[in-house]
Amino acid sequence: MNINATLIGQAIWFALFIWITMKYVWPPLQKAMADRQAQIAEGLAAAERGKHEQELAAKRSADALREAKEKSAEFVAQAEKRAQQIVEEAKGNAKVEADKIVAGAKAEIEQEVERAKQQLRERVAELAVAGAEKILRKEINASVHADMLGALKQDL
Amino acid sequence: MSAEGGLTTTGYIQHHLTNLAVCSDAAKDAAGHCHGFWTFHLDTLLVSGLLGLVVFGLMAKAAGSASSGVPGKLQNFVEMVVGLVDQQVRDTFHGKSALVTPLAITIFVWVFVMNAMDLIPVDFLPIAAGAVGVHYLKAVPTTDPNLTFAMSITVFFIMLWMNVKVKGFGGFMHEVFSAPFGAKLAPVNFIFRVVEDIAKPISLALRLFGNMYAGEMVFILIALLGIWQLPLALPWALFHILIITLQAFVFMMLTIVYMSMASESH
Repeated sequence: MNINATLIGQAIWFALFIWITMKYVWPPLQKAMADRQAQIAEGLAAAERGKHEQELAAKRSADALREAKEKSAEFVAQAEKRAQQIVEEAKGNAKVEADKIVAGAKAEIEQEVERAKQQLRERVAELAVAGAEKILRKEINASVHADMLGALKQDL
Repeated sequence: MSAEGGLTTTGYIQHHLTNLAVCSDAAKDAAGHCHGFWTFHLDTLLVSGLLGLVVFGLMAKAAGSASSGVPGKLQNFVEMVVGLVDQQVRDTFHGKSALVTPLAITIFVWVFVMNAMDLIPVDFLPIAAGAVGVHYLKAVPTTDPNLTFAMSITVFFIMLWMNVKVKGFGGFMHEVFSAPFGAKLAPVNFIFRVVEDIAKPISLALRLFGNMYAGEMVFILIALLGIWQLPLALPWALFHILIITLQAFVFMMLTIVYMSMASESH
């Protein structure tokens, strides 16, 4: 065991390696490791947030579904009511129209009857005149009795 | 058994424990061995330096392309090692310093790979080196006290610097002269402090050196047993994996503790 100048050389090697480690090994590794740690922490936090958000979204979607169901039920009820209203209205309209038609028809019938009566009157008068003419041909002059026949026609 | 068949057992062991040294001709003795301070152990310098360059180059490459996304295999491994060291630093060192974690990473990784050279069979590298004309090679740099002392003394100076940086020069001096017995016993406090602080680098260096030297010695002795080394070398190597890791960890941990002590007031 003899101490000699190798000591100096070894101290220089040692200092060189400390310098390399201090400058080129430790800082980049420390940074990479710290960054990775931060990334992992961030990832875990994001996962937690995502989970929470998913829960919220599920709740929101359930709410929306329920609301939609309620609204659609309301719509159906309204539609049913409106349909009934329309049917009612249609019924009313139809009745009015029918009444109108019936009334028109009645009026026409009455007119027709009136016209038929008129015709009948004329025909009866003619027949009566014709009968009477035949009966009275010999003794009764039609022109002489026209006044009387006219009065008869009025009475009929 | 050994690189040169004609060696005795003692010669074989000594051969294995001799560093590849270079020095000026004036410092050489008659047998060509180097003496004196201005001797360099080329094997220690080269093996530790190359291992460090490879492993820290690899780590720097992994760190340079590191992303916060899914890490690749290399990045994952480096992050695992670095994360382990960083955890120890966080648990022990409560000050703020950009130096302590890189220092701890450097010590743990470098000491670990140098210790791991012990797992290469003891004759393998010396014979390979002998084949290319290099006659001495001590492959495990941490069995050279020059390396362990270089590291521990560097740690010692960083510790002093940390003391001054955190407490200021006045604060540091106040602590040196007034703790633990109060200002009235300043000389005693000072002597205590000097002993305490000098003991730190010495214990750091000698612990690592002693453990690895002893482990290497056991490998060499096992290698002397001829055919019986086969059932013995494997269990010892398996056990040695524990020592390799433990010594790297202890060196790192004590360094962190010393830094922590340096950055906290008594």
